[in-house]
Amino acid sequence: MTDLTYSSVELMIIHSSRLLRDGDVVFVGVGQPNLACNLAKRTHAPNLTMIYEAGVIGAEPERLPLSIGDPTLVTGSLSVVSMFDIFSLYLQKGNVDVGFLGGAQIDRYGNINATVIGSDYNHPKTRLPGSGGAQEIAAWANRCYIMTPHQLRRFPEKVDFLTSAGYIDGKGAREKAGLRGAGPVCVVTDLGMLEPDENGELVLTTLHPGKTADQAKANTGWDLKVSKDLKISSDVTQIELDILRNELDPSGIYLK
Amino acid sequence: MSKITSLKNAISAHVQDGDLIYLAGFTHLIPFAAGHEIIRQKKKDLTLARATPDLVYDQLVAAGCAKKIIFSYMGNPGVGSLRIVRKAIEKGVLDWEEYSHFGMISRLQAGATGLPFMPMNQTGATSLEQANPNIKRITDPYSGKELITVPALNPDVAIVHVQRCDAEGNSHIWGIIGEQKEVAFASKKVIVTTEEIVDDSVIRSDPNRTLIPGFIVDAVCLVPHAAHPSYAQGYYDRDNHLYIEWDKISESEELTAKYLEEWVYGVADREEYWQKLDDQTKQTLKIEDKFSAQTNYGKY
Repeated sequence: MTDLTYSSVELMIIHSSRLLRDGDVVFVGVGQPNLACNLAKRTHAPNLTMIYEAGVIGAEPERLPLSIGDPTLVTGSLSVVSMFDIFSLYLQKGNVDVGFLGGAQIDRYGNINATVIGSDYNHPKTRLPGSGGAQEIAAWANRCYIMTPHQLRRFPEKVDFLTSAGYIDGKGAREKAGLRGAGPVCVVTDLGMLEPDENGELVLTTLHPGKTADQAKANTGWDLKVSKDLKISSDVTQIELDILRNELDPSGIYLK
Repeated sequence: MSKITSLKNAISAHVQDGDLIYLAGFTHLIPFAAGHEIIRQKKKDLTLARATPDLVYDQLVAAGCAKKIIFSYMGNPGVGSLRIVRKAIEKGVLDWEEYSHFGMISRLQAGATGLPFMPMNQTGATSLEQANPNIKRITDPYSGKELITVPALNPDVAIVHVQRCDAEGNSHIWGIIGEQKEVAFASKKVIVTTEEIVDDSVIRSDPNRTLIPGFIVDAVCLVPHAAHPSYAQGYYDRDNHLYIEWDKISESEELTAKYLEEWVYGVADREEYWQKLDDQTKQTLKIEDKFSAQTNYGKY
């Protein structure tokens, strides 16, 4: 065990960052995914290409971007294209390796709801922002990662609204719908990591140091299975924390 | 032929009560000045289309100009909830029609290219398709596969803010180019507001940067700083502070009314708005120059 202290947000960002591979083309969201990607680029994945849904390819932002269309993403980027191009040439055609997703609800099969809480779409009690680019990212990126705090209300057995497809209703459903990407191959939470089994059901495969499977089960809305070879994630390092805190988000806007 | 006119005249002449309007710009170059002029002219029953409604549509809804909104991401970008639009939807006082970003931009692509609809590959996320009868399926006549379709969107009026254009409306846009070109071509009328009006030789010196040709433009309005609190690449930065402040303002009907009174009804135009803005804010919006390499088109 390390004696470093870090927040659960820092923990999730660092473990998400480690999932990225050098050379990946990543569809980046603003906020925590942006920090995970920039951290990867400054550590093990210097050849990461960051794409933003605003149409920016190969962004190398000099300051922390505060919106998905921050002008710092544009200056010094490789290319800027229209929204139609980013979603068609890049995403639909299959030129994106990784998509980062989040949402108010993630269910047993990795489906995401970012649209409405409750079952009545036409009379919403709690209206959320909606898909944005998430519906297509979830379908067409080669692999997706989800970053979210592990809370019971965020992990219902079934989402109220299917904004972005995970494994839909299980084995073979993505193939049947003709989706090209592999779906949500890992969900990073502050307790550990969930990955799909052969039926597309999310199971606990990794715990962060000091966390327990019982904690994860208690904060999941279905009978969470625990992998036979449950792993413990490797410790957060001082280098990763330093880059996050001192270089990427010195004001602590997204790290809080 | 010069199409230069005041923004006041352009809105008065081209935006009618009940119109479907689209204020273009994905985070960048959002035509706030035009939105404020529409509020001042008390236009009614508008259908407001935008991928990301942003603060400008929150303000139009608060001012009572809208009956319906068409969108694909309803948030305060980088901040959180878009409170006024959200509340109006939750209360059932605003109609809405919802797409994914790709669905929304595909509607514009169809509208812009004269097609009745656009096909898209399936996404497996069927809830929106069930909720919105405009999203349909079609069988690919070549492979027999099922595809998703969305209908063309042809707004009555497009309003586009650009960095520079000539008197006819031939417009250079750089930085994030979102959906401006598609919106302009899809719409029946096009109003261009611009940071600068330049001689047509400037446009002709760099024709690859022209996204909108003047012959589809109906009005050209010189409105510097029209995009504030969003930004204009190379001209001024985004006023993130105001986006964060709006989160608090929009929580209260009283504060919203006060904001509109002070910054919309209380000023005659964007020039007066800009004069009113404090120096400290203006200072934070200033940016350093960073020019591209020169491009040699060659003399032929």
